[in-house]
Amino acid sequence: MPKSKSAYSSPTIKQKSDTYIFVVWVDNEAGVLARVVGLFSGRGYNIESLAVAEVDAVKNISRITIVTTGTPQVIDQIRLQLTKLVPVHKVGEFKRDDKDVIFKEMALFKIVGKKNKIEKCLNACKKFNPVVLDKTKSSAVIQITALRREIDKMSKKLKPLGLISTSRTGAVAMTRGAKIFN
Amino acid sequence: MPKLLTGAEIVFKCLEDQKVNHIFGYPGGAVLPIYDELKNHPSIKHILVRHEQGAGHAAEGYARSTGKPGVVLVTSGPGATNVVTALTDAYMDSVPMVCISGQVPTHLIGTDAFQECDTTGITRPCTKHNWLVKDINELSDVIHEAFKVATTGRPGPVLIDIPKDIQFAKAKYKKPKKEKKSNGKSHNKFSADEIDQLINLLSKAKKPIIYSGGGVINSGPKASEALRKFVELTGFPITSTLQGLGAYPGDDNQFLGMLGMHGTYEANNAMHDCDLLINIGARFDDRITGKIDEFSPNSKKVHIDIDPSSINKIIKVDLAIVGDVAKVIDKVNKTIVKKKNGNGKSNKPNVAKWWEQIQKWRNKNSLNFINSEDSIKPQHAVQRLYELTKNKDTYVTTEVGQHQMWAAQHYKFNKPNRWMTSGGLGTMGYGLPAAVGVQVAHPEKLVIDIAGEASVLMTMQEMSTAVQYNLPIKIFILNNQYMGMVRQWQELLHEKNYSESYSEALPDFMKMADAYGCKGIKADDPSELDEKIQEMVDHNGPVIFDCHVDPNENCFPMIPSGKPHNQMILGPNDQEENKIKGKGKALV
Repeated sequence: MPKSKSAYSSPTIKQKSDTYIFVVWVDNEAGVLARVVGLFSGRGYNIESLAVAEVDAVKNISRITIVTTGTPQVIDQIRLQLTKLVPVHKVGEFKRDDKDVIFKEMALFKIVGKKNKIEKCLNACKKFNPVVLDKTKSSAVIQITALRREIDKMSKKLKPLGLISTSRTGAVAMTRGAKIFN
Repeated sequence: MPKLLTGAEIVFKCLEDQKVNHIFGYPGGAVLPIYDELKNHPSIKHILVRHEQGAGHAAEGYARSTGKPGVVLVTSGPGATNVVTALTDAYMDSVPMVCISGQVPTHLIGTDAFQECDTTGITRPCTKHNWLVKDINELSDVIHEAFKVATTGRPGPVLIDIPKDIQFAKAKYKKPKKEKKSNGKSHNKFSADEIDQLINLLSKAKKPIIYSGGGVINSGPKASEALRKFVELTGFPITSTLQGLGAYPGDDNQFLGMLGMHGTYEANNAMHDCDLLINIGARFDDRITGKIDEFSPNSKKVHIDIDPSSINKIIKVDLAIVGDVAKVIDKVNKTIVKKKNGNGKSNKPNVAKWWEQIQKWRNKNSLNFINSEDSIKPQHAVQRLYELTKNKDTYVTTEVGQHQMWAAQHYKFNKPNRWMTSGGLGTMGYGLPAAVGVQVAHPEKLVIDIAGEASVLMTMQEMSTAVQYNLPIKIFILNNQYMGMVRQWQELLHEKNYSESYSEALPDFMKMADAYGCKGIKADDPSELDEKIQEMVDHNGPVIFDCHVDPNENCFPMIPSGKPHNQMILGPNDQEENKIKGKGKALV
């Protein structure tokens, strides 16, 4: 690093980054997603995936699930900054390897190829509850639900077998047992 | 059936119920219905500015000097974009401000209509919250909520965007709701246990320091009183950030002066060497901390702040107390007094050695400068200004740059809300319109903008506003013909390559004063400075004071970037000494 001549200090020792999942309950109103996403981009935080939909039509609440990476200090800041937003009701934050929380993502794979290749694909997906949503002589659309990294692996594996298009929802999360997010 | 009101009427009803007396604004197509309604509300006075940025800074000055939210009214498109700098400034410095902007009619939104812009999109990152009101039935609730968001917790700016058709549409007016539950956004639930932990740290400390900030000012006059009591009870030294000046009397012996990049030698060294650091309502800004890794390496750190996201953002602390500064300090004071009445020992003897050390640092006299009989030294000018105005209840605003730091170093504030400066955003051009706002709020008081000639030219047009409303603001320009702070950095860090920091052509400020219809005073001789300052103070009307100062003066002491607190560059006196010892090079 060249000698700093700026009015700012130079970056210092970095802590280790980790993957975390944030679950955010927000008022379902215009611009709310922009506020959340803008907070991430404005403060230089990562978004690896984002899933959002209304979960309570009566109370008008949407649930946003964000997968992000950051040092513990950054993750702390993300939680505190999210909590400050006016339309945010509640923020949950989990480490990726938290055993008490289920993380799932859905993917749709479009396979184009001969029958045997499609069969091979289905076989490969067996572990992840594959559902065939559409089938023609030369193509199929397969739906699976799995962890993010499993889907990463599957899309790599299916490439040579005729995978031409992938669509993913981004991870969503739910606690195990009778507990709910506090 | 209750009477239906138009959107424009509802706006004023809300402002009246929120006890707003002044709004700063500029009319335009998309807010005309609101301006049309203005005449029916004599309790609300509108101050017409000359540029929307001026309206924003004036509202900031108004808010900082009164503790009440400043209110701004602007039109759509350029009206809204012009106010963005002021909104960002208020956001950075936690100033409560409510901005109402007009918007094109709802059916035209998104069509690139005349004077349309995505105002809520543009202002989202520089407000605490903003609203685009598309339903007239929501208007009153939104405006009341806006005032609440702006003034509670850590204060800040908010914006309400009201399309023109909504201003015409009719609905029932709704009064502000009584305190509903706080939605988790306000934080004042500190525990007795936390207070006890703090008391314990206080009693063990041998080298403590209190570092107070703008949060004390924002928490109201009671917080300043509590802080003074706290300092008295503990006998600890106290330093302050730029924004915190005035919360503790600047001329008191326990006050070490400002800390940070241009803070005093004693304040910064005490921060570096202390064993207990108590941050009260400050945020460990990078101009304060210097190099993070070497920031106050051996201290236990306590942070009292109303904003939980300020805790551990930059500096990890050992004890965090989230709450309103006034309430927390008051509770601490009461606990200390209670303990002392039981046989609790005072820890003042514990810190006697520490005070001796501080006195040694103090003897460096780090704010010293070499005065001159030939040219006015800017520090001298500020000192004389202070001496000649300290007996009045003076309000001071500044622009941004060297003059701002000299004002902070040499003008001593004894009361909160008397010092208005742009710290976080560092907005050149803040001071003049801010002075307008302060004077509107305090028509009988002396209001001075300590300015630089480069900064003041950025919002000079607001002199017109001052003249129109007969606001007797004094614009005290330390004119060195340079963007002084830029020149200083170029001298010290860029091999004296003064790239574009010299103003080749400056206006004649005397003639400018004449053109605006106010008084102009010029000084370039130190021997006549006092007399001319007195003339300015005595003049009943706005004044532009063109004070020609030594253009080569640098602002010292200074912590160079990326350096810790104990590696300061001191002024020319000290640099001479160091050269003799051969240490000069290492310091620069």
